[in-house]
Amino acid sequence: MRVVVVGHGMSGARLVSELHARDPELDLTVLGAEPHPAYNRILLSAVVAGTVAEADITLVEPAAHRASTRLGTAVVDLDRAARTVWTSDGGRLRYDRLVLATGGRAVLPEIKGLVGDDGSLPDRVAPFRTLDDCRRITALASGARTALVLGGGLLGLEAARGLARRGLAVTVLHAVGHLMDRQLDAAASAVLVDSLASLGVRVELDACTVAVAPDVGRVEAVLADGRRLAGDLLVVACGIRPETDLAVRAGLAVERGVVVDDRMRTSDPRVFAIGDCAEHAGRVTGLLAPAWAQARVAADVITAARPLARYRPTAPVTRLKAAGIDLAAMGDSTRTGGDQVTYADPARGTYAKLVVRDNRLSGAIMIGDNPTVGTVIQMFDRGTPLPPDPRALLLGRWIGGPVPVGAPQASPSLMPDAAVVCQCNTVTKKDLVGCWRGGARTVGDLVAGTRASTGCGSCRDTVEGILGWLRGAEEDVA
Amino acid sequence: MAEPAATGGVATHCPYCALQCGMTLRSRADGGVEVAPRDFPTNRGGLCQKGWTAAELLDHPGRLTTPLVRDSKGGPLRPAGWDEALARIVDGIGALRAARGPDSVAVFGGGGLTNEKAYALGKFARAVLGTRYIDYNGRFCMSSAAAAGIRAFGVDRGLPFPLADLAEADVLLLAGANPAETMPPLVRYLTSQRERGGQLIVVDPRSTPTARHASLHLAAMPGTDLALANALLHVAIVEGLVDRGYVDARTTGFDRVARVATGYWPERVERLTGVSAADLRTAARALAGARRAVIVTARGAEQHSKGTDTVSAWINLALALGLPGRPGSGFGCLTGQGNGQGGREHGQKADQLPGYRRIDDPRARAHVAAVWGVDPADLPAAGVSAVELLDRLGTPHGPGALLVFGANPVVSAPRARRVERRLAALDLLVVADFVRSETAELADVVLPTAQWAEEDGTMTNLEGRVLRRRAVRRPPPGVRTDLAILADLAARLAPGSPAAGSVPAGGGALAGGAPGRAEAPGPVTVPGTPAEAFAELRRASAGGPADYAGIDWERIDASDGVFWPCPRPDHPGTPRLFTERFATPDGRARFVPVEHRPPAEPPDEAYPFLLTTGRVLAQYQSGAQTRRVAALNRAAPGAFVEVHPDPAALLSIVDGDPVRVVTRRGVIEVPARVVDTIRPDTLFVPFHWPGAARANSATTDALDPTSGMPEFKACGARLERAA
Repeated sequence: MRVVVVGHGMSGARLVSELHARDPELDLTVLGAEPHPAYNRILLSAVVAGTVAEADITLVEPAAHRASTRLGTAVVDLDRAARTVWTSDGGRLRYDRLVLATGGRAVLPEIKGLVGDDGSLPDRVAPFRTLDDCRRITALASGARTALVLGGGLLGLEAARGLARRGLAVTVLHAVGHLMDRQLDAAASAVLVDSLASLGVRVELDACTVAVAPDVGRVEAVLADGRRLAGDLLVVACGIRPETDLAVRAGLAVERGVVVDDRMRTSDPRVFAIGDCAEHAGRVTGLLAPAWAQARVAADVITAARPLARYRPTAPVTRLKAAGIDLAAMGDSTRTGGDQVTYADPARGTYAKLVVRDNRLSGAIMIGDNPTVGTVIQMFDRGTPLPPDPRALLLGRWIGGPVPVGAPQASPSLMPDAAVVCQCNTVTKKDLVGCWRGGARTVGDLVAGTRASTGCGSCRDTVEGILGWLRGAEEDVA
Repeated sequence: MAEPAATGGVATHCPYCALQCGMTLRSRADGGVEVAPRDFPTNRGGLCQKGWTAAELLDHPGRLTTPLVRDSKGGPLRPAGWDEALARIVDGIGALRAARGPDSVAVFGGGGLTNEKAYALGKFARAVLGTRYIDYNGRFCMSSAAAAGIRAFGVDRGLPFPLADLAEADVLLLAGANPAETMPPLVRYLTSQRERGGQLIVVDPRSTPTARHASLHLAAMPGTDLALANALLHVAIVEGLVDRGYVDARTTGFDRVARVATGYWPERVERLTGVSAADLRTAARALAGARRAVIVTARGAEQHSKGTDTVSAWINLALALGLPGRPGSGFGCLTGQGNGQGGREHGQKADQLPGYRRIDDPRARAHVAAVWGVDPADLPAAGVSAVELLDRLGTPHGPGALLVFGANPVVSAPRARRVERRLAALDLLVVADFVRSETAELADVVLPTAQWAEEDGTMTNLEGRVLRRRAVRRPPPGVRTDLAILADLAARLAPGSPAAGSVPAGGGALAGGAPGRAEAPGPVTVPGTPAEAFAELRRASAGGPADYAGIDWERIDASDGVFWPCPRPDHPGTPRLFTERFATPDGRARFVPVEHRPPAEPPDEAYPFLLTTGRVLAQYQSGAQTRRVAALNRAAPGAFVEVHPDPAALLSIVDGDPVRVVTRRGVIEVPARVVDTIRPDTLFVPFHWPGAARANSATTDALDPTSGMPEFKACGARLERAA
């Protein structure tokens, strides 16, 4: 069976490895419109920042999965009756199963001066979606001192952080009243604005950009209130829309994305769609975890490893990847009112909020130093019942533990007789006291008499402390 | 140091774990034996309670001093003489072999047996019985680390450097290791390391006594260590912390592994492991920034159906940071059982011949066959791993007899109820032990054996250091050593004796050699004394990866042990491996790309917890020995399940309540121990106890496809209050 995958982004690459794992003999071809090997899009902001080399974001080659790969080869047409795709290099390819993993493209809002009649962008303006976009941004940023970022969502903030890391003074223009408005509430946004400020990213909220105007060596954003802000470059990060052109031309059912069922099949059962281009149950996810879950289901169904596999959407978890800012948001995190637990310490850049429904987490926001963030995400993912007092999830380490070695010891007088001083040899305080009463007067005597501290040796200080306490008690009596 | 003390004591080592603490034994006037710690490089004068009390078993009332036989299935075991017991074994084996050939008899060994015994057992199986069915309980301990070590470095020696190097590490990472409970004197090195200003990173789903020593504790969900290690590699790569010079000069395969690691960014792995992305970055930066760093794995990382790949992930990280073979840095694993290292080198393993040779390597077969005086063609092929072997017992095409030496699989093997059923289906079960272990209780013949203080020999500790075990007294009347038993059985089974019978061709020495050979060799013998066995082992291991040819007992005595490989008498031994090259054909270490996947049985709605098993300080392995020592039983009287207070509250379970841990395979009935030192999604049960509290009634026998390691450390479970 020949499987053709259209799109060589993170979903397409993942699908190839899932297919190969299930059926190493599969005839597999991947067509990638971009000229690059598959790369980890998550790391693009670090490439913008200059902290990660391009070579270090490459994912496993499909060749390692015995797939033939054609890079820089877009699919220009799809003939479903003939089960054939036509490629930009004039070739054609028959398929038994076709998977659309065409991803999304950057949204370019209808702002005066942003998009030329030929679809081109002004000189100092770049979207932020692909590796080529990244290259354009880094080229513009070299020698630049200031940057504007249009859009204060996840992508915009990651781009802004990346540019700030390069030493640019960055201003984020966000059209509504708080940042990441799909994931954060106003209080969280306020903490985030402060954190960004400390990293060199200024935020303009309620800043509706109505026009973009090139200036000499600069670019200007004109706001609805008449203000004009200038930067050496402007990055457009106003969201992603599903890339559905091919599916539309081929007559597949398309709403916002290519419509798929629980098995990731489009309206043509030989054609599948996964990732950012797919719309399942009315939703386009735009996140990686669901895209990879979809790749697993598609691979199960295509190879018949589990022909009845179904994709079950899970609530999204968003993690801002921006050095110096730790931000996680999940579920109905923007909900206000109702049953919620919050902790806020804006001065230290910390904000945490748990949204509780039916004794389970239905959403959460965690910004700043929250040691429990890993636990909270896992509890949210799995629908684990919450503890009777969920405060522990907001404060400190979730898993407690004995006093660390080297921490101050409890006073021997307060220690219960049955307290085990030496774990290795099960020696209690009572045993040590008994040994003292039997005539032991030095640490060596106590060790010889009880074997305390002869194992790992960690209790040596405690044994000495007890000896000192016993001597003191004796002197008091004397 | 290794010389017997002037007061007449005997310098030897503890009978229990792979640390092999130095101890001195003295005979008391009343006939008992007294233990004192000895300053040896591994324990630096320390002993835990197990070591201090080790001699109590020598004169234990439950000690076996006569063979036992069972006259009929379901009948009782009764005392018998040696002749009767051995004749019963020889007859049983003879009948099976005549009917079904050499593979109708299986052998199961142990990681506590001396090198000499492990060697003799392998020879007995391959050259006397001619069976391919031999494996051992070390399969449950070290097989994943061994497989990963061999594929990366070309050789498997637990620690390729002396233990003392741990104390010098600026950063030490322990993945799934809890030495503070399993080998307490090792902690003296952790203390030294901390006092020097070193950092300790511990990866464990529990805040163990070892984690108390850590500067950073990563409480990863059981079964996610592979993803965690890949995430640390990811951070090292994207932050430019890889030692490119080392990678270029000393390794192969980095690019492919780097591309796999690209897919393990911390925020993704945080969701898999529960360890925060910030902590993952902190750990990676600490390791990469250290002048000297050491990464060590143990059973927590290894006892998984992806244990081999998990160890490979840690090795990949170590290689990317340039650690293995660099002075003061490195990668290693902590071997568990007393001779877990030597026991996996000399032929107890299904696919292996002495000297860590592969049984499918024609040159290895020729070398060993020459030492044994047999035709290489008569040596059997590779057998199957321990769980698979146990699974075939008593089946129509599987072995009908099993000989067990130094193991108690009824308690220690996974999915133990099934093991009991398989053992019950055997025609003949023979167990050599010094107490009536749970496995001995099911046997048709039980042979009483000598204990550690009554025999000489060598052990190879967790560092690959070959040590001397010395007898302080003779075994009690009626008791024989394992070696004497094997030698006697070999003689009784030799050609010409009735048991040899007529056996299909290829049946080892019992078949009388290959037909048409000009000169049929004499019967194969098994060395009956440790000195003879060691002399033969040296020749058999010569030229192999674990080469003991240059080691003799005098050298060991003169120098705190000798590190293998030691190919010649004038060779100094090899405390540090890999300083110049790795044991691969091109001398370079190999990166191996590995991907995370969930455990064979992830938690679900019906079984929402992950059950993990392990050890406590005062008991050892199946407990056959330590459960018979009064002081140890007072310290650790029974099994329990650790559960976090939050799930306990939801289930209305308070500390001490009797509860049931239920999995798809069985139930563990134990009291609850409600502690906040464990992840809320995880249950922990120690595996030392039999009966209703037996942890392995519930564990899964899902196996690692490479190593055959069972997944002791993760399966779905639910918790219920007992009625």
